[in-house]
Amino acid sequence: MIAFENVNKWYGKYQALVDINETIAQGEVVVVCGPSGSGKSTLIRTINRLEPIQGGRILLLGQDIHAPEQSVNTLRAGIGFVFQQFNLFPHLTALQNCTLAPVRLHGLSKSAAEEQALSLLERVGLSHKAHAYASELSGGQQQRVAIARALAMRPPLMLFDEPTSALDPEMVGEVLQTIKALARDGMTLVVVTHEMGFAREVADRVLFMDHGRVLERATPEEFFTSPEHPRAQQFLRDIRSPFVAAGVAP
Amino acid sequence: MLEQYGLYFLVGLYPKGPLGGLALTLLLASAGLLLAMPLGLLLGLGRISPWRALRWPVTGLVFVVRATPLLMVVFWAYFFLPSLTGVRTDRFNTMLIALVVFDAAYLAEIVRAGIQALPKGQMEAARSLGLGYVQAMRLVLLPQALRHMLPSLVNQFVSTIKETSLGYIIGLAEVSFIATQINTLVFVLPTQIYLTLGLTYFVMCFGLSRLAYWLERRLSTSPHRPAKEVTA
Repeated sequence: MIAFENVNKWYGKYQALVDINETIAQGEVVVVCGPSGSGKSTLIRTINRLEPIQGGRILLLGQDIHAPEQSVNTLRAGIGFVFQQFNLFPHLTALQNCTLAPVRLHGLSKSAAEEQALSLLERVGLSHKAHAYASELSGGQQQRVAIARALAMRPPLMLFDEPTSALDPEMVGEVLQTIKALARDGMTLVVVTHEMGFAREVADRVLFMDHGRVLERATPEEFFTSPEHPRAQQFLRDIRSPFVAAGVAP
Repeated sequence: MLEQYGLYFLVGLYPKGPLGGLALTLLLASAGLLLAMPLGLLLGLGRISPWRALRWPVTGLVFVVRATPLLMVVFWAYFFLPSLTGVRTDRFNTMLIALVVFDAAYLAEIVRAGIQALPKGQMEAARSLGLGYVQAMRLVLLPQALRHMLPSLVNQFVSTIKETSLGYIIGLAEVSFIATQINTLVFVLPTQIYLTLGLTYFVMCFGLSRLAYWLERRLSTSPHRPAKEVTA
């Protein structure tokens, strides 16, 4: 479904992505992990052109995403994107967040869009909050509305950029459950996350990145039990024993 | 005095002559606001446009106007513009052009700041859904930004009301000009005349401020206030 071919990206002189060659199959759930600054968010943001690339190609269903003739709005309408900071539109209700784009872009009638939005909010367990504003929702609820908003465009592919990193710990579970349900429905998902339990349970494949390179690609089982790359081994040690990593006695 | 000159103060020589006085001031201020706001909005959007061909000239215009006293802009409109276009506009329209250009430049900066103060994720989220730049601006960013801008906008509107008094120097018969006329005719009551004039401006500006304050409070007690920005 997605193919990276020799993708390179620079921020000025700093190279953020180095020779990325990767394919993601239809229906696959891929978790991207790695230390901060490793390029994982950059990678996922190149898939819907939030970040431009300077070398190589990214193909989505055979189409060159970054080709100048590719309409960026059409491309993005077909890719769901969920942000770390939720980014709900605060002047609109949960329901209106989910109807805005379908009405404007798919030409849905208001009532059809609302019906769809309600069923999506139901799916993320928030139909009772349809008329709430973002300021009236918890972080976990905001993120679930954001997922429903992305789903409202009926995208075949969903991208998640650290969807639980801005959440209080007790709200992480509800968001991960929602994503897990999407995986069960056979949707193609690319998830940047530090939630190793989630990766283990839901992912078909784990990509480990550092310094803009994909250093390791493995099944979750392989990755967590016997990572090959020394940097991946170190990373797993650090996230399992944060006190040791910080040089502090537990 | 009030009996003799009250009506003159309010409407000038109208209906026997051209409209003037307080009525003309109100007309000038309202027309100025109504025209400056959309122009300021467009200039503000131009200031942050991703297209350089639009952004640079607009930025240049805003900088030039902001670095110029309004009096100078009025002179330009009065002396320079007719010699450039060959068309002699009347005093009212000359003053209106000067006010609109001058205020639009300031409003543009308010609009720019209001939009740029929103979290960057709002534009990204809107664009990620497939909305175009203009749609995202109109449906997602501006509705939020305008609410934040309200106090600054009102500030500028109040200034506009006071700025109409500069019409005096090109002989526009607005309320300050009329008050001076009355003072010349009466000669012995300058304190009363200019206190009345001052009070007149105060009532107009204070009224607008209160109206805005009421509007602001209404907007902020409604539930759709923006969420606090979440930190990672």
